[in-house]
Amino acid sequence: MNDYRVLPGPEHFLPPAAASMGIRLPNPGEAHINGVIAPEEKAYEEAARQFLMAKVPTIFPGPLVLWAWNEKAAKKATAIRHLYNTLKECVHPSQTPMLIPMPDYRPKYPKINPEVEINPNHPNLTIWHNKIDCCMFVGVHCHQANLSLKIIRGGTSCYTIAMCAQAGHEDAMLSFRDASVEKIMKLADWVRKLKGTVQPRLTSAKSGASN
Amino acid sequence: MSKEKIKISEDLYDIMPSDYQDLVRSATYGKEDRGWKDIGNSKELIEQHSLCAGCPESMAFRYILASLPNPEDTVMVGSTGCTSLVFPMVAVHNIHSLFGNQNAIASGLKRALSVRFPNRTKDVVVLAGDGATVDIGLDMTLQAWFRQEKFTTICFDNELYANTGGQESGLMQKGFVAKMAPVGKLFDKVRLPEIARESGCHYVVQCTVSKPSVIEKVIRNAVLVAREIGPTYLQLYTPCILEIGKNSMEGLQEMRDSEKPTERFAYKEYMSEPAKQLLAEMAAKDKERKAAAKQLAGQA
Repeated sequence: MNDYRVLPGPEHFLPPAAASMGIRLPNPGEAHINGVIAPEEKAYEEAARQFLMAKVPTIFPGPLVLWAWNEKAAKKATAIRHLYNTLKECVHPSQTPMLIPMPDYRPKYPKINPEVEINPNHPNLTIWHNKIDCCMFVGVHCHQANLSLKIIRGGTSCYTIAMCAQAGHEDAMLSFRDASVEKIMKLADWVRKLKGTVQPRLTSAKSGASN
Repeated sequence: MSKEKIKISEDLYDIMPSDYQDLVRSATYGKEDRGWKDIGNSKELIEQHSLCAGCPESMAFRYILASLPNPEDTVMVGSTGCTSLVFPMVAVHNIHSLFGNQNAIASGLKRALSVRFPNRTKDVVVLAGDGATVDIGLDMTLQAWFRQEKFTTICFDNELYANTGGQESGLMQKGFVAKMAPVGKLFDKVRLPEIARESGCHYVVQCTVSKPSVIEKVIRNAVLVAREIGPTYLQLYTPCILEIGKNSMEGLQEMRDSEKPTERFAYKEYMSEPAKQLLAEMAAKDKERKAAAKQLAGQA
């Protein structure tokens, strides 16, 4: 059994790829939580709990859903908006849910406005600027998501969730696989279900390495 | 070919940064008569550039992007140099190749696109500096022309290696002394337009970028000939004002001075017979279309 766990950072400047530390991807119907394979149902609950606990729970939709390149993408965008609206309804007034786009992957430094967008090459800027302590990537191509997730784990204390349409992400703290409109809606249902049962964190930042 | 390809999901439209919204709302994708006159009136396909103030290359970039006949289905291939600082801000698909490899990358890309999208017109345009085109990448440049690869090669000729401090390049003029070439160039400027013609390019132009209407015409011609017939080559003088000791405002005058009939950047154009025929046919069709549009407008 591998001891390595994918936990909120800051881990260090160049954290190892979780896959190289023995973390493996879930099979269909499963997810992983902190690098440990878990039933998908448990992951919905944990993701909803993390969102409700966070001071600034944030969804980062990527190009695959921001651009209506096919009907399915547009439907996923609708589901993401529903999840965001649900979050807004279910959190305490002291919490600030955000929906921040990743429109494309070109390096935008120093032009990036971290208040309104996130870029995979320097996602930490957006996370630091908005004091985001829990985020979910959805509709981001796998390579760019991996890059971002590693940078976030290396340099911030943000909890990362991947709603991946392919096989999932080892580098996220919690990862779904085979993302669909139904799965996003189901996560929204879980957020609603847990409303009022989770105590929000008082501060948005944690310090110290976790591994 | 239209803005349909860049539609933002309705439910997430409001969170998109304004530059993307502008691009979808008022860029010239899909517009048949797009050209340099759209600059300033519509959303340009270049958001900003990180080149020096007054750099003629930035003007050239604007004119080229405004003149591409089919930007939504065009892939540009760049190489190392000042141009590579601009590509991240360009709203046209682009690939950064290894230094000098640009024409090899473009060859594979063009072939792959033809296989993957047999029923769609996909243009490939290489845009690189003189170091990448004539020195480091000359092998790839020539071999692509020999093979009659159907894409356009544009060389931004600033006659030296600009962003590494001013080393001598093959396109530098004889006798020129640069910051990092203190002895002065010992041999003549490589005659690449002539080499291009002899290597099988069907449309070759050498000019400066002082006149946007000229750039618009040559870009359209080069892309259309490359699409239908074979390789085309444009050599555009984009002087590096820093390396030749000029001020920001002097780039345009430098180009005007260099394009006089006796100067080294006098307008030069070569066309193969098939290219001549194609362009004549296209001009006739264009004339017909404009006449019909005028007539229609008159009736309305």
